Amino acid sequence: MNGADAMVKCLELEGVSTIFGYPGVAICPFFNSLLQSDIERILVRTEQNAAHAASGLARVTGKVGVCVVTSGPGATNLITGIATAFADSIPLVCITGQVNSELLGSDVFQEADITGAVESFVKYSYLVKKTEDIPRIFKEAFYIANTGRKGPVLIDIPIDIQNGLIKNFHYPESVNLRTYKPTVQGHSVQMKKVLKELEKAKKPIICAGGGVFLSDSVQELREFSEKFKIPVVSTMMGIGAMPTEHALYFGVVGNNGKSYANRAMNESDLLIMVGARVADRAVSQPDLITENKVLVHIDVDPAEIGKNVGPTIPLVGDAKHIFHYMLKHEMESDYSEWIDLLEKYKTTMVRHRKPNPEFVDPAEFIKILSKKMKSDAVYVADVGQNQMWSCDNHIVKEGRFLTSGGMGTMGYSIPAAMGAKKGDMTKQVVAVCGDGSFQMSMMEFATIRQYKIPVKVIVFNNSVLGLVREYQANTYKGNYCVVDLSGNPDLEKLSQAYGMPFTRVYNMEHIEQIIEDFLKNDETALMECLIDPMDTTK
Amino acid sequence: MKKRIYSVLVENRAGVLCKVAGLFSRRCFNIDSLAVGETDDPHVSCMTILSSGDERTIEQIEKQLNKKLDVIKVKTFDENQSICRELMLIKVKYNKGNRKDILEICDVMKAEIVDMSKNLMILQICEVPEKITLFISLLQSISIVEVARTGTLALQKCSESDN
Repeated sequence: MNGADAMVKCLELEGVSTIFGYPGVAICPFFNSLLQSDIERILVRTEQNAAHAASGLARVTGKVGVCVVTSGPGATNLITGIATAFADSIPLVCITGQVNSELLGSDVFQEADITGAVESFVKYSYLVKKTEDIPRIFKEAFYIANTGRKGPVLIDIPIDIQNGLIKNFHYPESVNLRTYKPTVQGHSVQMKKVLKELEKAKKPIICAGGGVFLSDSVQELREFSEKFKIPVVSTMMGIGAMPTEHALYFGVVGNNGKSYANRAMNESDLLIMVGARVADRAVSQPDLITENKVLVHIDVDPAEIGKNVGPTIPLVGDAKHIFHYMLKHEMESDYSEWIDLLEKYKTTMVRHRKPNPEFVDPAEFIKILSKKMKSDAVYVADVGQNQMWSCDNHIVKEGRFLTSGGMGTMGYSIPAAMGAKKGDMTKQVVAVCGDGSFQMSMMEFATIRQYKIPVKVIVFNNSVLGLVREYQANTYKGNYCVVDLSGNPDLEKLSQAYGMPFTRVYNMEHIEQIIEDFLKNDETALMECLIDPMDTTK
Repeated sequence: MKKRIYSVLVENRAGVLCKVAGLFSRRCFNIDSLAVGETDDPHVSCMTILSSGDERTIEQIEKQLNKKLDVIKVKTFDENQSICRELMLIKVKYNKGNRKDILEICDVMKAEIVDMSKNLMILQICEVPEKITLFISLLQSISIVEVARTGTLALQKCSESDN
């Protein structure tokens, strides 16, 4: 058995069913060994999308996503995908081929110091120096990626290490790292304090972040909220933690969120943040969430607590364990007055858009789309105005809402949708992007076609980089610079080139029927919606 | 701005210094001084880092260091809770006229001459950082050729460790 065989064996033992990758000489031993395995390999069209696809798969399955690329440019192309996963704490194992270990440091063909380059946005990285270290390193990498605060781990493997022999393959059963022991159980003293505050509170609220999904505690959050009748708001990454139309859910907070959600958070007397970083987009003024209230911050990463805001009760641990503990508590609670008030805010603080009837109204379109989508469908929003509209209008039932929240990486939606579909072929997966973000990853239609991964892709086409245009309109008095996308390809011809059905939507006429037809079959289809270039998110 | 000392035990592996230093630069934390060396266990190095910042920064530095997977243990303490020393070698040019002055300064500052030629000498001093700086300023009137300092080494005082 050589090192490459061992790598494949490790992936099999970790239960990896699909890898996304792009070969090159430095990773060829691995791909050659992969021929003996049932692991499905998907050749993407550019390396960055291998990481996004792995991220989509990881988010839908809760397993570690795996991408494998070659050295040098293959590895550097992966970087944005790794950074995107890191910003949203998505568990990935990224494997990169490397030049012969004896040549390391001599700037040979396709050599790049990838472990150095990704240092600030991986959870950990390895440069494998001995073939016999492969099983231990793989075991550790998967463990590190998918425990504690999850995130990407990179393994860089020189070609001679892949070709080296390994006498006794032994896959370790457990990991023993003296430097890595994530705190999972919440501290009982702190949890009791939270419950005590809850008994005193008149206006409690929970703000759910992406950590609720990462800790697989959606069910526990809902039970907790329902048991004590505590209203919930969410960050963008927390969308779907509660069904959008749940009686106790009051929208997305933040700059681009609902004003009633922000008001609810600011006026509460007890705010329980769960798995949220309190970053600038969600909480632009941290002072407002500490004033006149008790702030509880629950996170598995102690460094997140107190980074952006100083909480009254810090609570380090896994949300699932913490909810389990707190659900055992019994108390009389009646926050109905507070909920009535929030209900009033929700019905009165509504933004009124003035859509141009000559175009598709993206807000209304998304509402109808979400109603027509299957209840457990996966909606993948890209980045730009489309993301704001999606975040504001998509109605999650029992499905998922995926987007690049922390990094805001354009081009995320198509590869992530592809990965999400591979993760669960039974799910309906819809990607919504703008014409800018679409063109950053439209090459993946070839992958989608080749591997028969049916995803629905909707492009909001306004021939402009809408969010930047909107920003320039507000900040630079409409002096637009480098936002014109008028050279866009004809999407109808493009869909013909990739052999997929195409629908162009000009305005809101017959929209329900059009969407129904578009979603009808489980096959890839492209829809183009013409959007007023001057339309805004606010 | 508060000063703070971090005594960081790390895995003695290639690239760890880079990771720790990179963490400080990426998160805009100050490094006022940094000294690294192997401990009694050859697999473990000790980094002594002097930093400064407001209370939140000081807490974040500790938390972010703890997050690094190559970091075994972070101890943090104030200067007054610690014994600090720095070693300096300083090469000066001397002549008949100032040789006596140099020797006098060395005597007062408890520095010693560790190498000498016809017109150059290397002085060695091991002291708290302020005294090292004072020693440099005393020699400034005499011609300094070059200076090498270790950066501050620090251990928590025995009485503080007992608690």
